[in-house]
Amino acid sequence: MLVAHGLTKEYQSGTQTLVVLRDVTFKIADGAFVSIVGPSGSGKTTLLGLLAGLDTPSRGTVTLDGVDLGSLDEDRRAKLRGEKVGFVFQSFQLIPTLTALENVQVPLELSGAVPMREATARARDLLTRVGLGDRTHHFPQQLSGGEQQRVALARAFVNEPRVLFADEPTGNLDGTTGEVIVELLMQLNRERGCTIVLVTHDAALAARTQRTIRLRDGIVVEDVLHPAFDTAVASV
Amino acid sequence: MTAATLLRLAWRESRTARRRLALYMSSIAFGVAALVAIDSFASNVTRSIREQSRTLLGGDMSIGASAVFPAVVDSLLDSLATRGVSNTRVTTFASMALAEPSGGTRLVQVKAVSRGYPFYGSIDTKPAGIWATVHDAAIVIVDPSLLIALNAAVGDSLRLGTRMFRIAGTVQNAPGDAGISSVIGPRVYVSSTLIASTGLLRFGSRAQYDALLRLPPALAAKADAATLARNLRRRIDPRAAALQEAAEARDKRGGARGGAPDAGPAQAEDARNATDSAGLKSGATRTRVRVRTVADTERDFTEAVARLADFLSIIGLIALLLGGIGVASGVNAFVAAKIDTVAVLRCLGATSRQVLALYMVQAGAMGLLGATAGAMLGVAVQFLLPRVVADFLPIDVQLALEPKPLLLGLATGVWVSLVFAMRPLLALRRISPLQAIRRDADQTVLQREWKDLARMSVDGVLVGSIVSIIVVRIGDVRDGLVISAGITAAVAVLWVAATLLIFAARRSTRPSWPFELRQGIANLHRPANQTRAVTLALGFGAFLLSTVYLVQANLLSRVQSSAEASSGNLLFFDVQDDQAAPLDSLLRARKQPIVQQTPIVTMRIDAINGRSISSLVADTTVRRAGWALRREYRSTYRENIVGSEKLASGDWFADSATRATARAANPEAPFAMSIEKDLSVDLGVALGDTVTWNVQGVPVRTVVTNVRTVNWARFEANFFVVLAPEAIRHAPQQYVIVANVDSGPMLAEVQRDVVRRFPNISSLDLTLVRQTIGAIVNKVTLAIRFLGIFSIVMGIPVLFSAVAATRRARLREGVLLRTLGASRAQVARILLAEYGALGALGALTGMLLAFGGAWGLTHYVFKDAFNPAVLPTLVIAAGMLLLTMAIGLLTSRDVYKATPMAAIRDA
Repeated sequence: MLVAHGLTKEYQSGTQTLVVLRDVTFKIADGAFVSIVGPSGSGKTTLLGLLAGLDTPSRGTVTLDGVDLGSLDEDRRAKLRGEKVGFVFQSFQLIPTLTALENVQVPLELSGAVPMREATARARDLLTRVGLGDRTHHFPQQLSGGEQQRVALARAFVNEPRVLFADEPTGNLDGTTGEVIVELLMQLNRERGCTIVLVTHDAALAARTQRTIRLRDGIVVEDVLHPAFDTAVASV
Repeated sequence: MTAATLLRLAWRESRTARRRLALYMSSIAFGVAALVAIDSFASNVTRSIREQSRTLLGGDMSIGASAVFPAVVDSLLDSLATRGVSNTRVTTFASMALAEPSGGTRLVQVKAVSRGYPFYGSIDTKPAGIWATVHDAAIVIVDPSLLIALNAAVGDSLRLGTRMFRIAGTVQNAPGDAGISSVIGPRVYVSSTLIASTGLLRFGSRAQYDALLRLPPALAAKADAATLARNLRRRIDPRAAALQEAAEARDKRGGARGGAPDAGPAQAEDARNATDSAGLKSGATRTRVRVRTVADTERDFTEAVARLADFLSIIGLIALLLGGIGVASGVNAFVAAKIDTVAVLRCLGATSRQVLALYMVQAGAMGLLGATAGAMLGVAVQFLLPRVVADFLPIDVQLALEPKPLLLGLATGVWVSLVFAMRPLLALRRISPLQAIRRDADQTVLQREWKDLARMSVDGVLVGSIVSIIVVRIGDVRDGLVISAGITAAVAVLWVAATLLIFAARRSTRPSWPFELRQGIANLHRPANQTRAVTLALGFGAFLLSTVYLVQANLLSRVQSSAEASSGNLLFFDVQDDQAAPLDSLLRARKQPIVQQTPIVTMRIDAINGRSISSLVADTTVRRAGWALRREYRSTYRENIVGSEKLASGDWFADSATRATARAANPEAPFAMSIEKDLSVDLGVALGDTVTWNVQGVPVRTVVTNVRTVNWARFEANFFVVLAPEAIRHAPQQYVIVANVDSGPMLAEVQRDVVRRFPNISSLDLTLVRQTIGAIVNKVTLAIRFLGIFSIVMGIPVLFSAVAATRRARLREGVLLRTLGASRAQVARILLAEYGALGALGALTGMLLAFGGAWGLTHYVFKDAFNPAVLPTLVIAAGMLLLTMAIGLLTSRDVYKATPMAAIRDA
């Protein structure tokens, strides 16, 4: 369970205090597929950063599986990310110097949770699962955007995260390629029961998730369940 | 994360950056190369000296004096001979040699040797084997260069003094002589039994007398030899021995480095004797006898090598530091390129410590690579060095790989690259994982905070490492700190200059300027600019290069001007009192004028302010140099101060009429005396003190009326003490005479005639001296050029690294400009404006620093007036400017080479 309580984020800009997020509170159940939408500057990315423990709030708390992220220092948060959190970025953010396979392996290597041989096997499985079984030794620049994002997806799932954060995962892709990624996300969500929090501009994409949280000027202005899904799972 | 995982990840992650990282780290290579080359070669030389020290000395022990041995030495040698300590003698002196039939003359170095010389090592001759026959007939064996100079051949005759010898062959290799010494005075070996018949070595002639001793095996151990040497010293001159032993004990207590027993006063005395170019040593009443063992020789030589190596390693250290700066700025650029990767790694759960470790491993590996490359280069240089310096060394250097310097160089290189890399790498800790979702990744995220404990400790380690490396290398805390301070000052000046440029760039830009110029200048002050890094790297390079050049130019011009300043071209010395007039008429008969005639009177000090020498020596409350009190002075008298002298205090002698009047009024008053400044310190005398001289038995009381500084390097007769003429005008004297003789046949004829008529008078062709000095200078210049080229080459990777630091920012901006419609030429012009300004500032600041550095070196080390060679230095500065612009354009070539799209993908 991921819980945001009274999240507020302020930035000091000269003498002015800029409030980017204001008192945001919600809960996301395990295995839910939730989208966060809103216009540019509404605080989506800030919220995502706070939920993922990439940043610390000015006020309020984020609790992941009962652990208050604010009570951890940066290195413990890093460890927690390595164990429980996965990321997919708009610009893929693969490490350019590593092959596809190695990119996928990195989280396992960092945490040292599994032996090398198993890490490689898992990474290879996941790459096959996202349809890149034959491109494991390619470098990011040798892959198309869609392929890169699929590698990123495989990387996000390799440590079997409890929560996956996706920041505009289809933003840099054309419609068809984007669709493949969304399908994959949904499949992985179903198969692995992992919570997915998706930030997007794309209303159509948001509509395919179980629940949409809409932000405007740092405030939650709407929090709706999409009827097509089992509401019991989506909200708590 | 295990160590293995860390290494694996570090290896993989470095894939595309390896070449770039290697370039940054190669900055360190030249410093390591210099250190390894210098240390290894010094170690080779030291080892060779150890192995060849007996050959170097020619025996197990030597007893030497600059005058005929006192009777006690002869009787000691006789009694030692009965106990199995054999000896052989060699007497070395300068003399004119005249070849027949060619008629060529040349000042030579005669070595009169007795049977058995040398005890160790051998003299190789051509034809081979004639050394054994040198005592059998009236023959000489000469340096090959002499045959050329005299236009003579083996089999011709050579006249020394009043006797003719047959030239039996040439010397190919003799132990204990540096090759260069034969250029200065070609050697002529002759049997000592025949010297008397030449009439050259009369009482009072200048000569070095040496006896070489061969110890029986029972005495040959170091400790036994030292004991024997000490006993000999005590027997020969108990007082001098006591002083020397006291000095040795002091050195030991003080833990002074080396502490060669004869170093200090004795060496200073030698140096002074050598520079005292009018130095006509005549009969000494109290001869100073030096007893030296193989261990002494070994120590003196290894000391000298160590000092030279210390001096040279300053250059190596600066190269290393410059390399460190290169590493730091290169790694800075590297870090900027890694922001995204690090942010992603952090998102994926890497702790900041893991990230730091990852890149430290990479930097360490590359540092090792750079240092290894440097060490290999150093070994190559080590094997090349003997070609450059062989002529200056009295031994055959046995080249061998020296593991200790190699490892030391490697370790120093790796450490310096790590410490310098650590500073920028620390910035990686501040990269937030948020960076991965925020698209504003740029260098501002790396901006430092002032109160960063880790950074401050790294800074501390950095400064501490540099200072301690320098101090350890120099081996002296004070000197090490002075050098560190000097380097810090240079860095500070460059930093301030760069800061001023940033300020000026911000203020000076005018809207009326062309766009490219405005943009280029604006690049100097915008956030994350490269102004300081480039100025530092470039300025330091320009500084080193120009300093080396300026010092060289000054040394050269000094040698040239001192040789040219002389008014004549032929110098006669050892001219006796009764020979001056006939020599004068000989020259007049040929219409060759004498331009200068300097009288020389030998004298000793009897008393200072009425106190006798023995009471002064015994007095330990006043620091006086014993050698200065006891030595023999070769002084002159004249009315005027000369060009090589400057009055430091007091007034020069009053005119002769005034002096005569004063003397008539008070006939007992002391005579006026002028003293050289350093000597006045050594003797502890000041203006108004009286010095009583013993002028060959006659006491002459003088008073110090002025103190002079003397430029000893001028090729003139220079003196410690000058007296008013009336004091010693009638004393027995010799002359140094300078004549201006037409060059060509007349010069040869005059020399030949003088040798025939006055065999004891030596003549020196100054044109020849100039050529000889030129030859030596050329050899030195080669070594200096080598250093100069070295400093340019080592500057290039540093400059590349400095420029690379902001390459990405340049690329991004260039691409943006291209996208907005800028032509390639426009982008190139912007870059040229920026790098032009940077290059000009760096080169000019470096040049100004070089004037300071070169002035310091010439003034304090070479004790000479500094003559700034502005034009050539400007040429160097212009070269550096062009180099900077070239490197700037080269590293940014992607911007104007590729299409904007391709560049966008790369950037």
